[in-house]
Amino acid sequence: MDKIIEMLLQLHPDIDTSCDSLVDDGILNSIDVVTLVTEIFNEFDVTVPASEIVPENFNSASAIWEMVSGLMDE
Amino acid sequence: MGFVSVWFILFCAVAVLLYYTLPKKWQWPLLLVASCAFYASYDLRYFGFIAVTTVSVYFAACRISLLRARQNSYFQEHPELEKDAKKAYKAKTKKKTWAWLIACLLLNFGILFALKYINFFIGNINAIISIFSESKIPTFDKLLLPLGISYYTFKTAGYIIDVYFGRYEAEKNIFKLALFTSFFPTLLNGPIDRFPLTAPSLFASHSWDEKRTRFALQRIMWGYFKKVVIADRLVVAVIAIVSDPEKYTGVMVAVGALLYAAELYCDFTGGIDITIGVANLFGVEVSENFLRPFFSKNIAEYWRRWHITLGTWFKDYTFYPLCTAKPVMKLTKFCKNKFGAGVAKRVPIYVASIVLWFGTGAWHGASWNFILWGMGNCLVILVSQELTPLYKRFHAKHPNIDGKWHYKTMCIIRTNAIMCCLRLFDCYKDVPTTFKAFGSIFAKPSFGLLTGKTFLGLGLSAADYIIAFAGILLIFAVSMIQRRGSVREMIAKKGFAFRLAVFALLFAVIIVFGAYGLGYDSNSFIYSKF
Repeated sequence: MDKIIEMLLQLHPDIDTSCDSLVDDGILNSIDVVTLVTEIFNEFDVTVPASEIVPENFNSASAIWEMVSGLMDE
Repeated sequence: MGFVSVWFILFCAVAVLLYYTLPKKWQWPLLLVASCAFYASYDLRYFGFIAVTTVSVYFAACRISLLRARQNSYFQEHPELEKDAKKAYKAKTKKKTWAWLIACLLLNFGILFALKYINFFIGNINAIISIFSESKIPTFDKLLLPLGISYYTFKTAGYIIDVYFGRYEAEKNIFKLALFTSFFPTLLNGPIDRFPLTAPSLFASHSWDEKRTRFALQRIMWGYFKKVVIADRLVVAVIAIVSDPEKYTGVMVAVGALLYAAELYCDFTGGIDITIGVANLFGVEVSENFLRPFFSKNIAEYWRRWHITLGTWFKDYTFYPLCTAKPVMKLTKFCKNKFGAGVAKRVPIYVASIVLWFGTGAWHGASWNFILWGMGNCLVILVSQELTPLYKRFHAKHPNIDGKWHYKTMCIIRTNAIMCCLRLFDCYKDVPTTFKAFGSIFAKPSFGLLTGKTFLGLGLSAADYIIAFAGILLIFAVSMIQRRGSVREMIAKKGFAFRLAVFALLFAVIIVFGAYGLGYDSNSFIYSKF
């Protein structure tokens, strides 16, 4: 989870990491989402499938972490 | 039977009357019959193409759903299965569902390619062959291009990809899927709707609702106003400028680009207003396609507000799948080891953006003009992305500038200026002419052309310019009010007399000032050609 927060802060240093509408509020755009997916691949060796790229999975740090954890368990 | 015809209005009136008088269970079947009748009014031969798409997508989606259901019940029946065994079973199912998806997409995009792009493809092959020999591959003379093929192909492709992704189950009733594919208001200009957003209201029973009908009629009238009062008037001047690039150079190219921006906006949003209004008459909700795009402060934002459903389609079904594709991820890893993290994180974005904008360009038309237009958009967006650190430094130095009206205005003007330049590719017949026209703005501005005589020589009278300009001002004013909330809700709060006066005035303006008759083609929508 800390790593995810670090990734978010690297993208947007002024981001509110407790925000739960990062995509819905337009804080993360599609390029940010792809950058996160690439970082997740590099950091956790997990490929996020396109089917998982929906706003609900990227709206908050905890949602991202939940998705990554689920993919690591598969 | 185009949108701007008495026949279409009568057709809608009869359909609405039957819709609310027949038993409710017949409502959506009636819409399917109406959609078939609307389609048949263009060309009976189109039916074959839309039927092939509907049937193929229906069977492939059902097959995918069935395979996934079988997998789930197998897992339920065998709870003892170990992780590896489950993984192997899942991989087997995935392989089969993937095969159905690809077969279906190849068939439908194959039809689209064959009808829309084959001659462009052959033309390019011939251009290459001509370097070595004089022989040529013959092109196809009389290719049919079914009405709305780009829209329904993309719409159904999105549906089957979502079913493959497991976002929802396949629709079991083929006639319901047929209605989603062919719903008549959406065939001319889109939008490229998503099944879960439209289906609930498309198949639900609806009772007559006075407010909904009033709002729908207002939306339709507003659409007609944009289309016949402004777009159909301005198109005359735009065609005059772009069809004579030798005569209209320099500043007149810029004038043409500005007029085209207004024409395109009024034509496309007018068509979408009519589409949404007609759908709302039946209680059906379709996606909004515009959100005041000319107020965008950068190109990326512009594309989130202009033709929204096409942009989100390409984002969800091209950009993300490409970015996360295994070969792209492997390439990313390779680049990270070879060139560092900075290059690696750009690889998926660059690869997917190029494909996305190539696709968006090609969607608009089979010509290099559109492809270069798409690549131009891609270049601007990627350069903006690269300049982000610079923007951040600038904003750190001027922390409150974002809220200043002059800074916002400057950003809006910059965005629209770039978009006007890129749109020149839409206007001129080929790429060299486009570059020549664009270059002349700077090389030979010819400000002397800015005379009343030049403008009156474009096929419009002084009254036409006044009407169009007043119309644009009205649209601008309405857009400004819309930022505070729904204009129709504001009108609804006023008394009956005021509401009637607004409606009657709009109606009178359309009838009196609409550009009809010789030299005008009200039924031609720019986006229905795409």
